[in-house]
Amino acid sequence: MTALSALLLRDTRLAVRVGGGALMGVLFFLIVVTLVPFAVGPDLVQLRRIGPAILWLGALLASLLTLDRLLAADHEDGSLDLILMGGTPLELAVLAKAVAHWLTTCLPLVIATPLLGLLLNLEPLAVAAVALTLLAGTPALTCIGLIGAALSVALRRGGLLLPVLVLPLTVPVLIFGVAASNAAVAGPMSFGAPFLILCALSLGSLVLGPFAAAAALRHGLE
Amino acid sequence: MALIGPNGSGKSSLLRLIAGQLRPSEGLIELHGGDAERSIPEQAHYQGHLDALKPSLTVAENLGFWARYLGGGTAGSDEALAAVGLGGLSDLPAAYLSAGQRRRLSLARLIAIPRPIWLLDEPTSALDAAAQERLAELMRRHLGSGGMILAATHGPLGIDANELRLGLTA
Repeated sequence: MTALSALLLRDTRLAVRVGGGALMGVLFFLIVVTLVPFAVGPDLVQLRRIGPAILWLGALLASLLTLDRLLAADHEDGSLDLILMGGTPLELAVLAKAVAHWLTTCLPLVIATPLLGLLLNLEPLAVAAVALTLLAGTPALTCIGLIGAALSVALRRGGLLLPVLVLPLTVPVLIFGVAASNAAVAGPMSFGAPFLILCALSLGSLVLGPFAAAAALRHGLE
Repeated sequence: MALIGPNGSGKSSLLRLIAGQLRPSEGLIELHGGDAERSIPEQAHYQGHLDALKPSLTVAENLGFWARYLGGGTAGSDEALAAVGLGGLSDLPAAYLSAGQRRRLSLARLIAIPRPIWLLDEPTSALDAAAQERLAELMRRHLGSGGMILAATHGPLGIDANELRLGLTA
């Protein structure tokens, strides 16, 4: 446990220091969401209708932003070689890195959601629904992204490949995240069903992600 | 044991094989007299060409992380930094270190975390004469306490070592 908490603490520290990506994600989220009203026009009714989808898309793109450094930075400076040599299973080590990524990149997005919901003329109930679905759905984004990061770690300019690999896999998360948010506001479906599927996607990828990522890393580093 | 051979003769690959970063296509790597409960990579330090340091963390944070992650705790960190001559710099971000200082900080890991096998790939690169002498002293102490060192090198290590020559003899 010492090893894992040390890794978690180090990655969190790196993210919030100069050159880390913690603030970048939130700023990117803010910019994407702010751009939408400029693109679709200031129709308040329309903004309210598409608001949850915009917030989800923005969060999805923002969570991708720092993923390419998640493992590649450690690979480039040799840390990954030493991480392999610790007594900790690689699966747990990459899970610790994913948790650090979620805490520093995705959690700030959830916290920023109420403010950005205001920009899109969302009602408090809709804002709460989007924040809740983001809280439940972003772990899936991080863990799916972790697999992509592990697959592209040994490639030069793998950062360009990463979104292409990861985004198609995030489609189910996006569908059920937006569906649950919309259901909470407009109906006619219940909020529960899509939300539970979203939770299931997160839990499933939380289990599958570290194993797939560790396997990809072991294979890719040789 | 000093590994000697021309570029591309497989010195680094051999070290990486022992460190568990490459898998042998055939054959076995065995350690006699080690801890049977732990794998060879868990009993070894690997010092490659890269220093495995994060520029935005301080010297002490960098070393402290590896001490906690690789096991052993941070108790020996201060002595390790003093042993490589970085004693007064522990609060400085690693970004401000020179290449030689980065290498010395990286080598401090070997002192801070006791592991019996040292796998060193060109350990003297970027080190000045005084630091090379200090490294030789640290290696002598490690050998004296029953440790094992396998180093790939082109120059003299400064200690008495058996030589293993790799590569084609023309």
